[in-house]
Amino acid sequence: MDIYEPLQQVSMWGDSFKVEGGLNSIASPMLLVNTTTSMENKSEYIPHEPSEPSEVNQETTNKDVSKVLRRLAQNREAARKSRLRKKAYVQQLETSRLKLMQLELEIGRARKQGMCTDNALDTTFMGSPETINPGIVAFEIEYGNWVDENHRRNEELRNVFQANASEVQLGQVVQNVLNHYTDLFRLKAEAAKADVLYLISGVWKPSVERLFLWIGGARPSQLLNLIVPQLDPLTEQQLASIKKLHLSSQQAEDALSQGLEKLQQSLVQDMAVDPFSATNHGFQMAIAIRKFEALESFVSQADHLRRETLIYMSRILSTHQAARGLIALGEYFHRLRTLGSRWTSRPCDSVISPRITP
Amino acid sequence: MEKVMRLASEKGVVIFTKSSCCLCYAVNILFQELGIRPMVHEIDQDPEGRDMEKALLRLGCTAPVPAVFIGGKLMGSTNEIMSLHLSGSLTQLLKPYQSRS
Repeated sequence: MDIYEPLQQVSMWGDSFKVEGGLNSIASPMLLVNTTTSMENKSEYIPHEPSEPSEVNQETTNKDVSKVLRRLAQNREAARKSRLRKKAYVQQLETSRLKLMQLELEIGRARKQGMCTDNALDTTFMGSPETINPGIVAFEIEYGNWVDENHRRNEELRNVFQANASEVQLGQVVQNVLNHYTDLFRLKAEAAKADVLYLISGVWKPSVERLFLWIGGARPSQLLNLIVPQLDPLTEQQLASIKKLHLSSQQAEDALSQGLEKLQQSLVQDMAVDPFSATNHGFQMAIAIRKFEALESFVSQADHLRRETLIYMSRILSTHQAARGLIALGEYFHRLRTLGSRWTSRPCDSVISPRITP
Repeated sequence: MEKVMRLASEKGVVIFTKSSCCLCYAVNILFQELGIRPMVHEIDQDPEGRDMEKALLRLGCTAPVPAVFIGGKLMGSTNEIMSLHLSGSLTQLLKPYQSRS
């Protein structure tokens, strides 16, 4: 590494420190160190005329050597200080970043809601700004990344499909997409541990998808309804298998729905106590909270159904058909998302003619 | 353990549950939709419930309840039953025990 590189890096840090006022206090002493060091360096290079060749040459050589050594030591010191400050800065960034993401999301939601209604900002999703649920903030970010990656993988599948690739190649890309759905269920499981009520409410999903919400996601039978019509021609055996799979998933959904209803009813009973009775409400609350935890297992079962439905469906179909089905599925959700953003950005009051843009 | 195995063989389809467990209720609903009337044992109402719970876990059940036995054999908990049903195997296993109505 060139001895001048640390100086360059340090001045870059100086530039980025100019962003916020609070950070300038960290930056300025370092900039001072920079400038004094660079000033000294510059003064080294002012050429001076030697009076007598040989003697002065020896002197200047010694002087040069010690100056070089001193310069090197100063550089090392500056670089070390830079590294320490960088570490502190990054740690500060990490915590601020989480908070910023949360606030940005809340503001975004408030804007969308505030445009059309006078609803107060609902902070219950993530709690007040003082109480961040890091698991949920992390989930929102990771879900955003998942959506982008899902779109990318579906595009890849479409390209490979249209390029008439070999069955093996197509099969790999199909598996790639299926694995990615499994990743989503894993993300959701983590979020459920952080706050199952948040997850089951579907507030993290685009608004249009929330219309079709069933226990924190899409209905497995609905997934089949989206895929199957795209798949002519199907053999008799395939049709029969798909019909059976559809029926089984519907039956499983019914069973889970009824179980969930029972849980909800028991929660209502727990909470609707006689207001004049002297019973220990804290005890009631503790029982209710345990039932929220039971919700986690319902969400887990619902996601399990979604995953298994996709996997069994892909086994019934040929690679080609599975690819087409998954492309159709991805495209459907992509369109829902687009529809959702058109809906939220529509002009709310057509009487007030200029369109309000956030 | 013997109690669990004895109860498990008393009828074609046996489910061990807890009265507060709504997932157990869901599994029971599924069997009824398939024309089965399983025998249900609520282990939290049983004085030996704790031991039965341990026995079920030792038998390899992923969760102590619901624990489903078909023909005296442990099939598993909710996850396993749901997978069996989606794959079509559950209906096959239940054929001998379906009530004709």
